[in-house]
Amino acid sequence: MSETWIHIIMVVLILLVLLTIAAGLIYVERRMLAVWQDRYGPNRTGPFGLLQVLADMVKIFFKEDWIPPFADKKVFIIAPTIVMMAVLMSFAVIPFTPHIGVVDLNIGVLFFLAMSSMGAYSVVLAGWSSNNKYSLLGGIRGSAQMISYEVFMGLSLMGVVILAGSFNLRDIVEAQRKIWFFIPQIVGFIIFFLAGLAETHRLPFDIPEAESELIAGYHSEYSGMKFGMFFVGEYLGITLISALVTTLYFGGWLGPHFLPPIVWFLIKMFAFILLFILIRATLPRPRYDQLMSLGWKVLLPLALLNLLVTGAVVLYWHL
Amino acid sequence: MISHLRSLWLVFKHMFHKRETVQYPEEKPYLPPRWRGRIVLTRDPDGMERCVACYLCAAACPVDCISLQATEDENGRRYPEFFRINFSRCIFCGYCEDACPTYAIQLIPDFEMAEYDRQNLVYEKEHLLISGQGKYHGYNFYRVAGVDAGVKAKGAGEKEREPVDVRKLLP
Repeated sequence: MSETWIHIIMVVLILLVLLTIAAGLIYVERRMLAVWQDRYGPNRTGPFGLLQVLADMVKIFFKEDWIPPFADKKVFIIAPTIVMMAVLMSFAVIPFTPHIGVVDLNIGVLFFLAMSSMGAYSVVLAGWSSNNKYSLLGGIRGSAQMISYEVFMGLSLMGVVILAGSFNLRDIVEAQRKIWFFIPQIVGFIIFFLAGLAETHRLPFDIPEAESELIAGYHSEYSGMKFGMFFVGEYLGITLISALVTTLYFGGWLGPHFLPPIVWFLIKMFAFILLFILIRATLPRPRYDQLMSLGWKVLLPLALLNLLVTGAVVLYWHL
Repeated sequence: MISHLRSLWLVFKHMFHKRETVQYPEEKPYLPPRWRGRIVLTRDPDGMERCVACYLCAAACPVDCISLQATEDENGRRYPEFFRINFSRCIFCGYCEDACPTYAIQLIPDFEMAEYDRQNLVYEKEHLLISGQGKYHGYNFYRVAGVDAGVKAKGAGEKEREPVDVRKLLP
């Protein structure tokens, strides 16, 4: 079998696994939220309610997929695909193990940042094309939030890049053999995680879709599988940010030898996915201006300071 | 920031708390005896219908879900010709039970009345009547009432004096 075929099979496998994880997260999230709220969550369909995912999928596939007559049809249809494509493209650069990964890109970090910027288009276009004031408000909020949080998301990553001396995610993981980067880069890690929360517009930063204010924000007018795409995109986003946190700050596939590298990667990734859900279960949504001022007045200066200090330390001690 | 982390920890600890959920179909909740559920029509200790078709329940009903028609039997005993409760309207407020002067209409602790067809929620008298006395035992309206309706002769009731003969002079 030629090299090309192996690559194609690996791509398809990774895609399948990722989509399964994203769909499974629907169940995991509902179950974990219930567990943290002293409930049981879905436990009727199949063993432990595991078939709930299947039931949800069947339901959403058979829902009427309605396009409002007042909507801008082409953009309306294309918007939910953008978020999924952007997130799935980002997964291309993630090294799951030394051998499993789609592409070994020497500008992996930049590629991820570019792709996560693409995600903003989906929110904006969905909000705009719906031709609905709530959707538009959600889209505007989403774009402002994602653009401003992208700024220091990139800046917070630069500390890691300085320490590893490479934009390649594989090199970054290899550079963590001595010490995982979340210890020297604890500030960067916190900023990146918060920015990741805002990028995926997860609770508590789900301001673009704030139910209590904007019905469902930018996807108010969506139904059926288009709505499902937004949700799968959101869950893929969680998975992506968790995978990146794992790769950049927690040593990726590295770990003691009694478990294979892929298992280490998945354990770390799922720990962060659960943290995402725990944060959703705990924290209330901040006001919109609070979110923006936190971003620009606290996190951006902190990220710059972190970058400065890291650079100075690396230069001074020639690390 | 500290308080956020603390709340994260507190929520995390809820993982090990007891669940609040009652797994309903397997695990039934305790319903107190005075629970206001399905409405029934009871019978007196002699096995006759208690209802005297006074329309007070229908008048008290805030959603007008009770409809009935009074009639009399050959002894002059009043009873409902039909008695119909539309449970798709009923709000289980219990006003009918409060209004009833003869303990006939009562609410019992049964709420599992789901139906596939809305029309099946309209209960007729034969669905509402039960063979027992419900919550209030030993009461028979026609034994204490002043009328003769085939249950007892006039003046023969409990705590009831003989009727006064208005044509006699003696007190």
